[in-house]
Amino acid sequence: MTPVAKTVGSPRIVPAAGIVHPLGNAQATPEAEQKLRRDIIRRALQALQADVTESTVFPAQS
Amino acid sequence: MAGPLRIVHYLNQFFGQLGGEEAAGAAPQARDGAIGPGLAIVKLLEQRRCESGELAAEVVGTVICGDNYFIETPTAGDEVFALIAPYRPRLLIAGPAFNAGRYGIACAAVCKMIGDKLGIPAVTGMHEENPGVDMYRRDVVIVRSGASARAMLPTMERMLTVALKLVRGEALAPARLEGTFAQGRVRNELAAETGARRAVAMLLAKLRGETPTTELELPRFEKVRPAPAIVDLTTATIALVTDGGLVPLGNPDGIESISATKFGVYDIGGAERLEASRYESVHRGYDVRYVNADPQRLLPVDVLRELERDKRIGRLHPRFYSTTGVATTLRNSRALGAAMAERLRSEGVQAVILTST
Repeated sequence: MTPVAKTVGSPRIVPAAGIVHPLGNAQATPEAEQKLRRDIIRRALQALQADVTESTVFPAQS
Repeated sequence: MAGPLRIVHYLNQFFGQLGGEEAAGAAPQARDGAIGPGLAIVKLLEQRRCESGELAAEVVGTVICGDNYFIETPTAGDEVFALIAPYRPRLLIAGPAFNAGRYGIACAAVCKMIGDKLGIPAVTGMHEENPGVDMYRRDVVIVRSGASARAMLPTMERMLTVALKLVRGEALAPARLEGTFAQGRVRNELAAETGARRAVAMLLAKLRGETPTTELELPRFEKVRPAPAIVDLTTATIALVTDGGLVPLGNPDGIESISATKFGVYDIGGAERLEASRYESVHRGYDVRYVNADPQRLLPVDVLRELERDKRIGRLHPRFYSTTGVATTLRNSRALGAAMAERLRSEGVQAVILTST
């Protein structure tokens, strides 16, 4: 739902894993799922520490 | 109706000629007759009566209140009302406020109050950037104005046109034709051509490089100024918030599955993770099976506990906030967001990770 977040002007946006499980992946192994979650949260923490002046997306390979 | 139409005009300290910023703390006061911009009302009414036999009308009184007084004094609205009501008006005109923020909010608030309490038409005018527009456009008829008082006469002219229509009980034309801000009301209208033809015509106009006029204005989102960055995460309290509808099993607060009007705050204490046996999502806008099977897929409590243990963050706030973000009106969303932010701040939270479905 990144486009929606951009449209409404959310300042710090981290694309996640999907609508039905933004911080998980029901198809993956529990270990892979945990790793995915850690990665998204790591980017969220980076976003919180970044100075932004407008709606900014923090993509996976940042 | 016997006698001329009785109009009361609301002004701030500046237009009411009490003074500039130094008089912004002035308490509400009433003056018989018209003052300042009110003289424009008198002049325009006179013109109309000569030209088209418009009904007789009179500015019977002007109520003035300092902008700071109105914004800062909880009883200001009541005080203003107590001065307006004795004039027994049948129409209230407020402002116009142009791009003066406090004045715009006051004008719109007075219009809403008078409309609600006296059941008479109340009209104001302001510039699109005035915060009063977003706060009151749904409840109050607001005429578009320029940014500065140079546009006083044409703005007042349009305000009167709209106001007198309302007094006569006529329906207003769509906002874009009437020069008002859309109130978000949809009314049936007979069109000469089908929607398909109108849509294609619009598309062709666009392809020709023209700017077709939309039939339905989309809501405008206000600009949100980003909060400053967190300097030191290792001392920060971080809260988890979600619009994915996660609640304790049984939904104790009755959070709506759709079009939410409230949010819940739920204690997780020192839990390592959210157990599937104790939580569920009541969101009706996505397939909640995966989240119900493992709530961490929505609210990553497990990972934040890890980070807390590793001293990467100060701590995870012991309560999570939750609502359902599905078909929620912009207005409800704003109110929910503001209420959440205020409470989070009072609980000492420095940052939020909001997970959205």
